[in-house]
Amino acid sequence: MRAVLRRTALAVSILALALFSSDLLFSQQTPLTVLTKDNNTVVRRTLPTTSINDQEYVALDDLASMFQLVVREDALGALSVTSKGKTLLLTPDQPLASIAGRVVSLPAPPVRQGRRWLVPVDFIGRALSLVSDLKIALRRPSHLVIVGDLRVPRVQVRYDTSGAFTGRVTMDATPRANSAITQEGDQLVVRFDADAIDVSYSNTVTAPLAAAAAQGLLQGVRVADAVTLTFTVGPRFGGFKVTTQPSDTSMRQTIDITNVAAPQSTDASPQPTAPVAAGPPQPDLGRPIVIDPGHGGDDDGAKGAQGTKEKEVTLAVAHRLKTALEARLGIRVLLTRDDDRSVTMDDRTAMANNGKADLFISLHANASWRPSLAGATILTARFSAQDEQAAHAVASELLPAMNGAARGIDFIPWDLAQIQHVARSEALARSIVEHFQGKVPVEMNPIDAAPMRVLEPANMPAVLIELGYLTNAEQEKQLGSPDFQNTIVQALVEAVVRFRDEGR
Amino acid sequence: MTRRRIWFFVVVYSLVFVSVIVWITLIRRRAQPAPLESATSGSTTTPPGRKITARLYYVSKDGTKLTGVDREVPYGEGAAAQAQQIVSAQLAPVPMPLVSAIPPGTALRALYVDGKGAAFVDLSKEASVAHTGGSQDELLTIYAIVNAVTANLPSITSVQLLVDGKEVETLAGHIDLRKPLQKNLTIIEAEPAAPR
Repeated sequence: MRAVLRRTALAVSILALALFSSDLLFSQQTPLTVLTKDNNTVVRRTLPTTSINDQEYVALDDLASMFQLVVREDALGALSVTSKGKTLLLTPDQPLASIAGRVVSLPAPPVRQGRRWLVPVDFIGRALSLVSDLKIALRRPSHLVIVGDLRVPRVQVRYDTSGAFTGRVTMDATPRANSAITQEGDQLVVRFDADAIDVSYSNTVTAPLAAAAAQGLLQGVRVADAVTLTFTVGPRFGGFKVTTQPSDTSMRQTIDITNVAAPQSTDASPQPTAPVAAGPPQPDLGRPIVIDPGHGGDDDGAKGAQGTKEKEVTLAVAHRLKTALEARLGIRVLLTRDDDRSVTMDDRTAMANNGKADLFISLHANASWRPSLAGATILTARFSAQDEQAAHAVASELLPAMNGAARGIDFIPWDLAQIQHVARSEALARSIVEHFQGKVPVEMNPIDAAPMRVLEPANMPAVLIELGYLTNAEQEKQLGSPDFQNTIVQALVEAVVRFRDEGR
Repeated sequence: MTRRRIWFFVVVYSLVFVSVIVWITLIRRRAQPAPLESATSGSTTTPPGRKITARLYYVSKDGTKLTGVDREVPYGEGAAAQAQQIVSAQLAPVPMPLVSAIPPGTALRALYVDGKGAAFVDLSKEASVAHTGGSQDELLTIYAIVNAVTANLPSITSVQLLVDGKEVETLAGHIDLRKPLQKNLTIIEAEPAAPR
């Protein structure tokens, strides 16, 4: 069964590396593609393979010329493979290789073919990587050999019909790689921020997107170049909407496709603008941090007895924090408002979701009926048991994956996006409290969780910081002073740095 | 039969008759299903003077929690009417040393209970416009009402606050009010103040 699945996997895998290799199907003699990086350009070479008794082999002398190996055959028929002082030994009738006393098993012994020696392709991943000083990885399903530190995410593409007239393309890039999705004429172009992509289609063996073609939404998909996947749109293609769901290991992008005649959205709840990355891919500056200065415009927020307004404090601290974070981390920091204006709750969070932000930090100042109350509080989102169930119900939709295992789909409604980040958000809150200690006064129990409107849809670690109480005379003075604002900012920068380091 | 005796019988029979009528009416009212009970300000069937003891919630000494206080509240017939009495009492100004978690001037416009145990508490606009604007106070305002209703009326399990008859995103910009909220025990101070 496993062999059948593996073969099926092999048959449906599409290799991104052969230039313009649209609709390429693999037979058993598919050559391997070797990827290396030379002066920041990705070089691809092919390595022919031979199939004997259902086993794929590569010629040892092909490997020798590609990886600068010296291959010798001694009088007893043993083979030695040497690279930079390291020697690996192969015995013709044994499925083994030995290097410095270590024995590596191979699926089959080396085979002589004419004057050449052939070794099973697994030799590359298991044995060659041990003698070479280069990092060598073999990806058998996609016939890919990656030499050196190249970012070659596996991209799994699937298509599901989400309604009679609508469908959803799901792309999982593992390890995480960002991509920009744009419409260019009759093509939906997905450009990945990577050295190459390793694409496979997970749910349609015979024809990728057959269902989409039947609906008239998409006609086909092809790997346009090393890092680009293009979908050809069909006659009934009406529009698309992209959502991004990063997880610890992979980046999921879903493209929801609507029909020309279908209503734009059948969902009753207001859905803010979908995260669509437009234009050519941005230079890689990392994922931004979004800072949300609370309130603004008509909404003053809390007010102090001396007239200090929350909206002014939050904006001032946000500007300082942006400058400090950009200087310290060299990343982009976006503000949900740059001046005194009102911004809706959804627009605030949408900026973070659309910008694929790494962190969302909402800044506020507190108020209490007890004027003695002082200190900062860090709030994270709390969800009800019903919300958890609703998110779980969607998340536990299991789909068969290529290797026969089941794979979860973690598409979660907009308003519940924060559910999967709660633990990290709490870690961020703890880091902030730690760095506030001794510098910025904090409340007795400084971390709290509540149904925070602006945090619930945030699809990344997110916290709301109440910097202090404007209803406390001393704190009102503090919060308005540039010195105290700088102290807050320095502590926050340290907290963010620590949090990001821990997350790696 | 004397005249007095005839009068006696007439009075006894009338009393019995009236009692039976009253009893039947009560039974019928109790048996009636009430999918959407409502009680608006001023319309109450409460017999004057009857009271129940309800736990209401006020700002704790340090300002970060709610303190439960047992107070007398007028009796209301049915969950909606009783919830209305409880919320009205919760919204009313309180004497020192208690501190109300409700923005001054907030009035109850209406209160409905649906068939699924959710109460909809419609507050006047002061709940939002007269709010101090802190997320701390916003939590206290919301859960003073949510907890007062759910803690005293087991048949009501969640409460959604409305302002001026409309669903709102938040009262003061922080806490999501788009869905009914459940009782929050963590916001209640560990040791409630002694009943008054």
